[in-house]
Amino acid sequence: MSQNKHPALELKHVWAGYDRYDILKDITLSVEENEFLGIIGPNGGGKTTLLKVILGILKPRKGTVRVFGLPPTQAHHLIGYVPQYLSFDRQFPISVWDVVLMGRLGKLGFKPFYTTRDKEAAMEALNQVEMGEFGDKQLSQLSGGQQQRVLIARALCTNPKIILLDEPMASVDKKMETSIYEFLRELNKAITIILVTHDIGVLSTYVKKIGCLNKYLIYHESKELTKEMLEAAYECPVDLIAHGVPHRVLSHHPPEGE
Amino acid sequence: MAYSFIEMLEYTFMRNAIYAGLLAAIAFGIIGTYVVVKRIVFITGGIAHASFGGVGLAFYLGWDPVFGPIVGAAIFALSSALGIGILSRETLEREETTIGIIWAVGMAMGAFFMRQTPGYAFSPASYLFGNILMLKKMDIYLLLCLIIVILVSTILLYHKMQSTAFDEEFSMVVGVHTMFLHLYLLCLVALTIVFLIKFMGVILVLAMLTIPASLVGKFTHDMRKIMFFSTILSAVFVLTGLWSAYVWDFEVGATIVLEAAGVYLVVVFLKKLVSVVRSREEKSERAIVSG
Repeated sequence: MSQNKHPALELKHVWAGYDRYDILKDITLSVEENEFLGIIGPNGGGKTTLLKVILGILKPRKGTVRVFGLPPTQAHHLIGYVPQYLSFDRQFPISVWDVVLMGRLGKLGFKPFYTTRDKEAAMEALNQVEMGEFGDKQLSQLSGGQQQRVLIARALCTNPKIILLDEPMASVDKKMETSIYEFLRELNKAITIILVTHDIGVLSTYVKKIGCLNKYLIYHESKELTKEMLEAAYECPVDLIAHGVPHRVLSHHPPEGE
Repeated sequence: MAYSFIEMLEYTFMRNAIYAGLLAAIAFGIIGTYVVVKRIVFITGGIAHASFGGVGLAFYLGWDPVFGPIVGAAIFALSSALGIGILSRETLEREETTIGIIWAVGMAMGAFFMRQTPGYAFSPASYLFGNILMLKKMDIYLLLCLIIVILVSTILLYHKMQSTAFDEEFSMVVGVHTMFLHLYLLCLVALTIVFLIKFMGVILVLAMLTIPASLVGKFTHDMRKIMFFSTILSAVFVLTGLWSAYVWDFEVGATIVLEAAGVYLVVVFLKKLVSVVRSREEKSERAIVSG
């Protein structure tokens, strides 16, 4: 069966969580190829859990997950993953090269060394994020924004058809943010992108569709972010200010909603 | 000094201790690096202390006095390594609580069984702090086998071990058997401790699995270099420790640990001093420029 017949990602009535405590409730979601989906929601709303379910790290209690028609555990080669910046030790002794080459680990087997092709793929991925000259540096020597780029390069190095980003702008200044978004838009021509964040402000014009997640997912396959969606997701009143620009999302986000 | 070193080599037990110590240095360098960068010092402590329970049980059951304690310690160390490794991944049980319990229960079982061993006035100190007089040729061979396994695994699995230690989830996502690697590493840690019981004892070995690697880690962030230089550093600590223990009749394991800890403290102090002096210089330079 051709992979093209399947949506890039399909979740049907997925329930998942830890220790009999449901973090995701009845999630149904279908994402077509070359989509750029932004998912917002408060901290603890299940964004990272959703990504873990898609990645096959966490098994859902109920429901099905398909990535290009395959169960997540068989779709590893199709998915690129950029984890939350704070989820790892930034002082860890590892070179930029070795981080990016992690994208090729699955192909390494019991060989002690990466092949020339692996290294070419890593170089290409690093060049794509304009970090080509930093390969020999240690990860701990880079700034937050540079580290974020290296993590994106690592995800690209797997040659994915879909890429999942968890809070990619958390460690990044405004200028770097714009350049990463520009890069993602370019990338989106070939790759499906799903980006989750708690910060409504970062969901800029680049995202094609938006969903709200707070245990339940509110998603209308559109880019419009309604007051109702946000209030349901954040469980608090939200002012939504549209600046007259069509499809532009701008809003006031009360901090106590987090 | 040179004379006393050569004189020391004339004794079989000292030669055995030097062989064991040099092999141990490789384990301290490589396994110690993983212990430090993976932040499993506490797990390592738990495994080390749990192994003491096996020593006690071996005496109680009247096992062979040369190999019995090693076998008993290996059973306890490996099962606690697997137990901690699996529990810490499979459940939401607080990992450190579990480790603390295993730690204390191991020691308690050791003390309990030794006391219950009929007609045996045994001092546990040899197994807690090591006793190089107990080292036999066989211990050296066992240690040599372990070091070969460690070296081969490190060469074949270096990237996977490093990646798993750095970002376990991502490694899992790209198809690495991270759980297997995690348990495998903990088993290597367990066997390192067990095979070095006679050399350093279950308590002191912990220091050598942490001090050299974290010391070198202050100067380089290249993991291969940390492994290499902490092996060299461990060898220096071991040799000078053995020599001074011989000359002044010190306790071997304790001398090595105190020496390593002393160097560690001095280095931390000097590094702090250098950074303070540097930032002062920069400040005064800036003051001159702006003035």
